[in-house]
Amino acid sequence: MNEIFRTIWPDYDPGRYFCELTRKRADAGPVPDWLIQRLGSIGLEALRARASAAETELIDLGVTFTVYSDATAIDRILPFDCIPRVLTAAEWSLLERACIQRVAALNAFLGDIYGPGHIVRDGVIPAELVYGNSNYRPEMKDFPVPHGTYVHVCGIDIIRDEFGDFRVLEDNARTPSGVSYVIENRHLMLRAFPDLMAGIRLKPVDDYGRRLRAAMSEIAPGGADDPQVVLLSPGIYNSAYFEHVFLAREMGVPLVVGADLVVEDERVYMRTTSGLRRVHTIYRRLNDDFLDPAVFRPDSMLGVRGLIGAWKAGNVAIANAVGTGVADDKAVYAYMPRIIKYYLGQEALVGNVETHICREPEGLQYTLDNLHKLVTKPVGESGGYGITIGPRASKEELAVARASILADPGNWISQPMIGLSVAPTLADEGVGPRHLDLRPFIVTGRESWVLPGGLTRVAMKRGSLIVNSSQGGGSKDTWVLADDLTEGTGK
Amino acid sequence: MSTMRSDAVLLSRDAEGLFWMARYLERVENLARLIDVTQSFESPGFETDAWFGLIRINADEKNFAARGFSPDAAHVKRFYLLDRGNPTSVPGNLEDARTNARTLRPLMSTEMWRQINTFHRFVGQITPEDLEGDALSRLCTRLKDGVQAHTGITEGTLYRDQGWYFYELGRLLERADQTTRMLDIKYTAILPQGREEKRVAELTQWNAILRAAAGYHAFKRRSRASFSAEDVVHFLLRDPSSPRSALLCVRRAELHLDDLRRIYGLPAAAEAIEMAQYLRELLLEKPISHILATGLHEYLDMVQIHIQALAGAIGRAFFRDWQPAEPQPAAAQGQAQNQTQGPAEALA
Repeated sequence: MNEIFRTIWPDYDPGRYFCELTRKRADAGPVPDWLIQRLGSIGLEALRARASAAETELIDLGVTFTVYSDATAIDRILPFDCIPRVLTAAEWSLLERACIQRVAALNAFLGDIYGPGHIVRDGVIPAELVYGNSNYRPEMKDFPVPHGTYVHVCGIDIIRDEFGDFRVLEDNARTPSGVSYVIENRHLMLRAFPDLMAGIRLKPVDDYGRRLRAAMSEIAPGGADDPQVVLLSPGIYNSAYFEHVFLAREMGVPLVVGADLVVEDERVYMRTTSGLRRVHTIYRRLNDDFLDPAVFRPDSMLGVRGLIGAWKAGNVAIANAVGTGVADDKAVYAYMPRIIKYYLGQEALVGNVETHICREPEGLQYTLDNLHKLVTKPVGESGGYGITIGPRASKEELAVARASILADPGNWISQPMIGLSVAPTLADEGVGPRHLDLRPFIVTGRESWVLPGGLTRVAMKRGSLIVNSSQGGGSKDTWVLADDLTEGTGK
Repeated sequence: MSTMRSDAVLLSRDAEGLFWMARYLERVENLARLIDVTQSFESPGFETDAWFGLIRINADEKNFAARGFSPDAAHVKRFYLLDRGNPTSVPGNLEDARTNARTLRPLMSTEMWRQINTFHRFVGQITPEDLEGDALSRLCTRLKDGVQAHTGITEGTLYRDQGWYFYELGRLLERADQTTRMLDIKYTAILPQGREEKRVAELTQWNAILRAAAGYHAFKRRSRASFSAEDVVHFLLRDPSSPRSALLCVRRAELHLDDLRRIYGLPAAAEAIEMAQYLRELLLEKPISHILATGLHEYLDMVQIHIQALAGAIGRAFFRDWQPAEPQPAAAQGQAQNQTQGPAEALA
């Protein structure tokens, strides 16, 4: 525990958890004392006043997601905590390399399973898990994608355990969201805390739009001199619509909805005031299912009839590619360290959370023997459905979990309960420790680029380990300190 | 060599959204102007007639009855200022304007978006007390302020590519339409019986209409000492310099359409240009005295129908899935954006 911090916030106690701000790191330079001093010296009252002003600003700017219930639509802001989460240059260097490694493995894996299928034939991953996966898209079989990139935008959820070790909790390889908050949070901090940030060299987050557009241009079908990129959104009723707007603006490309696009002669066009205009790359924020009613869900009103045909004819690029969902599901996640090793010949730079695969006899045995200590998850579900948290479950709940696992072991994995790291957060009681995670974003066209930092999601409720925005989670600005950081001079 | 794109395109859906966002906001301002002026039309014992006149000139009779209101002053005020369920109310129009703004967010300046958000929040917080006594006039002022702030921010921040032209077209057509409605309020106004009382009352009413159309002082500067009804009608319909005169709005719309055709190479503007020309002729051809003699109300109806037809021609040429509204006399106010519920709804 940092001495300076102790004098400023005497009641702050992270307990047994790793504190992102105050813990000295063994393998990385610590967060400098002067920075902690500066943070602490703002004072609780000032913090509260500025936090409240910042929230008003978010509402005024419409930086909101919309929650629908019955006939009413409520615009909510993602709660913003104004005490930043700090990553040192050394920590970031590791995470950046780990993210690039992971995306390389995900792309290699997808290219393989939609191509020759070596990894299955070599017995590294069970065939059923791949080809029997509901997210496996047979339409993608033997369809090459530019630069071998399937996952153009990836969000990797990373947590930190009690020892300060980073672990990947989940890969998001379909249409990960949240990047707009990374950039908006930084802008908000710059406006609300110019004194705190004066002279501090952080890795900038402003380059995302340019990088994303460049990647989208790199994957456009050949021949287009200045390819027309569009962002395809489900529209204003989608809860992530603000982010779609944000990204379209940052890229400087039109935001379109399905009805704006039309396919003729296997080419995609958008309807403009001057008639139909050719579209070369579609950054879609729409799930596979909805993309093309001619191929997937016939009832989809959101997609574009004939889009997949145009894609397979090589006349349009779609990012992320169709069928990436097979790479980020929980069952395949468990195999990621082996997948990385198989394709890259490397150990994972940041490992998984220890995962027991009930499909495998040892994993099943261990899980059944330690149910009361483990978190058990069905692989086919998302959003926390079907999860049993052993240490917090009743005898009856454990019995139900045991029966479910025994009935279909292949559908289950288990993991130890992780005590997520914490960071000082403005709370009712003052400044208190709150659990958090990190979602870095990786953009890949020809090669990968990682946005410095990423989205820090924080559980605003004391003791809660759930950081999801739908369950009361908020976010923080994520600072990656520059390599050659020296104390800022500004006041 | 410049690396800027020279051929930036505009989605049909966005052109339509800009056109309608401007219309909805212009309606809010004019509604505030009309409500403000209606107050000064109240004469003791006839309050209800004055307020129900507002319903009539907006062709809202059916809509008003359907909302279950009784035709008295208090209910008319509520219908236009508090009733979110009424699409022609201030909150209803602002909701529609903001929904369009949401779809247009990628094209709008941050300042525009922020102002619409805060204005929307203000309108959502109007209370029944704001409709009482002297508070009502203050409320109208704030509503006008809100739209005018929007207009000013737009002038200073909205990038002037073809999107701006569609925005302007929406605002101009709505304003021309609303000015004809302001004039029409005389049609429903009640006048006292006595000759001198009637003369004074008429004067008061015309002055109120001029004030509502922001033309009172300009009119005074332009007119003779003793003016006639003819002069006021002429000013509101044909003055070449009044920013709210029907003619000025139509002329500017015509110029914008011509720019769209020439600068942006949109030949589809041709039909709309023809209709704008026709509308301009309609506004100029007959002497005002003739219009007054044959029926001002009927004439205004005809102008409104042609404004609607012009909007229809713009829609057919440039917008997505445009379907012309049923033409019916004095129903132009009922004209509203084609709410093809965005595909997004399936996901909501």
